[in-house]
Amino acid sequence: MANLRDIRRRIKSVKNTAQITRAMQLVAAAKMKKAQDQALGGREYAKQLTQMLFDMRKNFGEESHPLLERRQGGRELVLVISTDKGLCGPINTNLARKIKLQASPDAHFVTVGRKLRTMAEKLGIKVIADFTVKDPVPFSQARPIAKFITQQFLDGNYDKVSIAFTSFVNTLRQEPEVVTLLPIQGHRKGEEQAFEEIGAGFKVEEHENDAACDYIFEPSPAGVLAAILPLYVNYEVFQALMEARASEHSARMVAMKSATDNAKKFIKELTLEYNKLRQGAITAELLEITTAMKAME
Amino acid sequence: MALQLDIVTPEKKIFSDTVDNVYLPGADGEMGILPQHAGLVTALKPGELRYLHNGKVERLAIGSGFAEVSQSKVVVLTDMALGEAEIDELNAEEAIKRAQEKLQGVEHSMDAEEVAYLQGVIAKSAAALHFKKTFRH
Repeated sequence: MANLRDIRRRIKSVKNTAQITRAMQLVAAAKMKKAQDQALGGREYAKQLTQMLFDMRKNFGEESHPLLERRQGGRELVLVISTDKGLCGPINTNLARKIKLQASPDAHFVTVGRKLRTMAEKLGIKVIADFTVKDPVPFSQARPIAKFITQQFLDGNYDKVSIAFTSFVNTLRQEPEVVTLLPIQGHRKGEEQAFEEIGAGFKVEEHENDAACDYIFEPSPAGVLAAILPLYVNYEVFQALMEARASEHSARMVAMKSATDNAKKFIKELTLEYNKLRQGAITAELLEITTAMKAME
Repeated sequence: MALQLDIVTPEKKIFSDTVDNVYLPGADGEMGILPQHAGLVTALKPGELRYLHNGKVERLAIGSGFAEVSQSKVVVLTDMALGEAEIDELNAEEAIKRAQEKLQGVEHSMDAEEVAYLQGVIAKSAAALHFKKTFRH
């Protein structure tokens, strides 16, 4: 049977833990708000940019820009965006599972965030580059990443570049996703399917009138394309980073909240047990005293 | 006949409403868009965007980006869109200075993309400054 002092000690330590998790929950909640606003604010831009590319699709073939070129080979590069710190629920393991399902088994990886980078070493996956990104995500840190993967694609080292991240749905729900970034899809001639999109739940709108897709380009079709495609890659990477960050803070907030709640429940149970024991001890003591008095009479 | 105008930056949607006309700082010079304009995609250079909204001319300083005109809709994607009151002259001047210093640093390394980016920053801030000076109340 546990004695009083042991229980008291345990209550104390659980209380300490609860205090820490509660502090972490509050920090995560503050960061979460900021990260969510940033991610949601960026969606409109990413959406409109995608829509623009989609509307332009009839004016360009695959051959008009190297970033559109679909290649035969299966060499894949995956940009994985995980978290730097742990204690954020299952989002990293979920992401790892999703990658295992969707990415080709001999794909190479570029990692953002320490968690999956260390995991990759254990799994024996080849990581060719690693980036760290500050919090909140500055656009200036998305550019070097986009530039690196674009270069790898253009140099012909890889035939396909995907991006794996945790998409933010709401505070309680985050979905791991693997989407194809390069070659840029969906605005090819004759291909009508909505293309994979960063940011949940977005479908490009089809114009009813095909003539509406015949565009005048200024300064020139090639000029517009050469400027808009790299911009598109930059912003897709940026949006994915922001989505991942919003997911991370949301997941951490929720994980820390449930940890705090658990600790509180545990404290309640322990206190009950403690009080029971204390009562038992007092009763036993009283009993001893009365028996002693009775014996002396 | 009205024209639906959406102005979007990476941070947020700046404006979304029907307007009577839009003037854009296109890559080849300013262009005016009226309702029923032909489909058009244009690159934008940093400068002044103005539109007629409820009988009033509104002006914004915008950065580089793209605009798409289709049917009766204009979508402007830009990395900056500021009204006169939002422009901080000191801030803009400092941004130009910083970018110029950095530019001198990278020009030797011949990083074309970085140079283009920094020149973009300079052009953007200069446009904001010019805008502020022109339309100061």
